[in-house]
Amino acid sequence: MNFEISKDPINIQSVIDKVVQREAGAITTFIGTVRELTHGKKTLYLIYEAYESMAVKKLEQIGTEIKERWNGAEVAITHRTGKLDITDVAVVIAVSTPHRADSYEANRYAIERIKEIVPIWKKEHWEDGEEWIGNQLETVAYPKGKPEGEDLNE
Amino acid sequence: MNKIMFFAHLRDRVGEESVTRDFSGKTIAELKQLLEEEFGLKLDSVMAAVNEEFASDDEVIQNGDTVAFIPPVSGG
Repeated sequence: MNFEISKDPINIQSVIDKVVQREAGAITTFIGTVRELTHGKKTLYLIYEAYESMAVKKLEQIGTEIKERWNGAEVAITHRTGKLDITDVAVVIAVSTPHRADSYEANRYAIERIKEIVPIWKKEHWEDGEEWIGNQLETVAYPKGKPEGEDLNE
Repeated sequence: MNKIMFFAHLRDRVGEESVTRDFSGKTIAELKQLLEEEFGLKLDSVMAAVNEEFASDDEVIQNGDTVAFIPPVSGG
């Protein structure tokens, strides 16, 4: 099970272990964490919700896309759901490839695709209210198949 | 019959995670319009998934299909 939605804290090492392979010369690990300040506004905590069965399928699709684009890649992704506090780990992506450049690129591709196609939502809770966040990327289509420019900076 | 699933702010608005009714023969666009009228939803920028795969507005709902409305996602 390389692609998972987890209600429990993510064991980072166990995600990395899934992509260990003799052919690999590099493993990159992306750890997405809960940030306190967004545009100056203080977050108290987040709630992540997923359409779990579809989310797992979409994570698998991202894995397939990466294997098609980067030869010899292995991919594992776990995304957390439930209540997360500041600094908690929300997502872990591990990618191994024969050479390091591919590993960095493929890992970046995975997080950008998660923000496009995986049915997971976060609800931000602030001191003065709460809101489901849904317009990080909207439903933008990428004509060149990859996010570019401003979309990469959130 | 069809199971219609709601997430995030849509679920808050509808007050239910899902409703089960027969919408077979209708398109996603027609279903969106019905739900907008019934629940006061805005579904312009909301994607639909049929049986866990993204579907276009002109896809026709079959008996037994599960339809989910997917607001712009914010994982990661």
